[in-house]
Amino acid sequence: MPDAAQVALNSKAVARTISRMADEILELNAGLDRLVIVGIQRRGVQIADRLADVIRDREGADVPRGALDITLYRDDLQTVGPRPVVGRTQIPVDIDDQVVVIVDDVLFTGRTIRAALDELADFGRPARIMLAVLVDRGGRELPIHADVIGKRIEVGPGGRVDVFVPILDGRDEVVVSGALL
Amino acid sequence: MTILGKDLLGLAGLSREQVTAILDVAEPLRAISERAIKKVPTLRGMTVVNLFFEPSTRTRISFEFAEKRMSADTVNVATAASSVSKGETLVDTARNLEAMRIDMVVIRHPHSGAARFLAERIESNVINAGDGTHEHPTQGLLDLLTLREKLGGLEGKRICIIGDVLHSRVARSNIWGLKAMGAQVAVCGPRSLLPGAIRELGVEVFGRIEAAIEWADALNVLRLQLERMQLGYIPSLREYNRVFGVTRARLERAPRDLVILHPGPMNRGVEIDSDVADGPHSVILEQVTNGVAVRMAVLYLLAGNAPALADAARGTAV
Repeated sequence: MPDAAQVALNSKAVARTISRMADEILELNAGLDRLVIVGIQRRGVQIADRLADVIRDREGADVPRGALDITLYRDDLQTVGPRPVVGRTQIPVDIDDQVVVIVDDVLFTGRTIRAALDELADFGRPARIMLAVLVDRGGRELPIHADVIGKRIEVGPGGRVDVFVPILDGRDEVVVSGALL
Repeated sequence: MTILGKDLLGLAGLSREQVTAILDVAEPLRAISERAIKKVPTLRGMTVVNLFFEPSTRTRISFEFAEKRMSADTVNVATAASSVSKGETLVDTARNLEAMRIDMVVIRHPHSGAARFLAERIESNVINAGDGTHEHPTQGLLDLLTLREKLGGLEGKRICIIGDVLHSRVARSNIWGLKAMGAQVAVCGPRSLLPGAIRELGVEVFGRIEAAIEWADALNVLRLQLERMQLGYIPSLREYNRVFGVTRARLERAPRDLVILHPGPMNRGVEIDSDVADGPHSVILEQVTNGVAVRMAVLYLLAGNAPALADAARGTAV
């Protein structure tokens, strides 16, 4: 049944994964110092929020949270045309010399992250930028890798990985459809 | 899934969905002007020509800011309109510009219909920046964005346009845009400055400004072109101010706080008094800020919507 959709992570597994990702972020950064968590619109923002919640519970302090909408930094305007929806970018603190963790739901071609790096550079010069993703599905088209990965699911080009988050979708799971590699 | 077609020539005929989409895109774009680096790379490599056949300061500057903040390259062409060779000159000018490989034209022209005339003859995207007494769609859109924010929506809201509706492209774009969004629209001004058939656009008409103020949630106060007096439309500027001026005394008698808009440039003491223009309910400077954002949104939504041109550039011309 190559094309049947299957749940790769249920809500308990998503919670455990996010909890471990938060630990890895704290480990990589050796604590909260200078940490800023920035989610990519839209589902990356939800994942980033959950990571920041876990970090707050672990460390007893809040980390600044931001959001990036990369629509205006895409590289496919001439081929795909304008997107009908542009979301908000909010970077709440000066990111110069900070450690910025970009968070997205699924890492695929890497083009979204390329755009996010360009956009972040317009806001300042962080000491370091890290990437945390809930799912790495492979298929990169750019030399980009994630520092913190929730789950690797190698999916062929025709496959899909859908991350559902409670606020936007009313359910909390990761669903994979199409051929697994 | 393009929201707009190749051009933005007017608000007449745009659906509520289209207008809403433009305003929804404009809203987040406003934040770009608040950044330290006031620029996004979206229109990198695109060339926009601002073709102005009529003097304009704020509209041209607003478009230029919008283009530059979206990273387009811009060229300003300001030409006095020649009444002898209107049509041909216009098209020839544009075709010559197109021969230099441009992507968009923003046109301001004294003749109604000039933007459409041009749009039908060139492949570049065309944005109407005001054509005669016909339309000024981006001004209409910035008024809609400002009103939507200040009134918490447009559906059922009452907006009265005050003054020289007869000669005003701003009034027409406002009427069509506001009606598309489900607002109630009225006009108020001297009979000599209201088009005879204005009711056919589905607007109310007030002969007395006191009645308009009592009815409205917001007033859009039009600029009174001073030469209208010489042409005999109104007896004198002082008389106009006495009968139709938006004054604090008049607004104080209103049953609710009115939002006050003006497209600029203002004649203080004629159509609007200074203490209203600078007062707490004036949103005139917000309009200017929103103007850059809606123009950025329109540029973005039109970009990539000229498939024929894109094909030609790839050498696969249709």
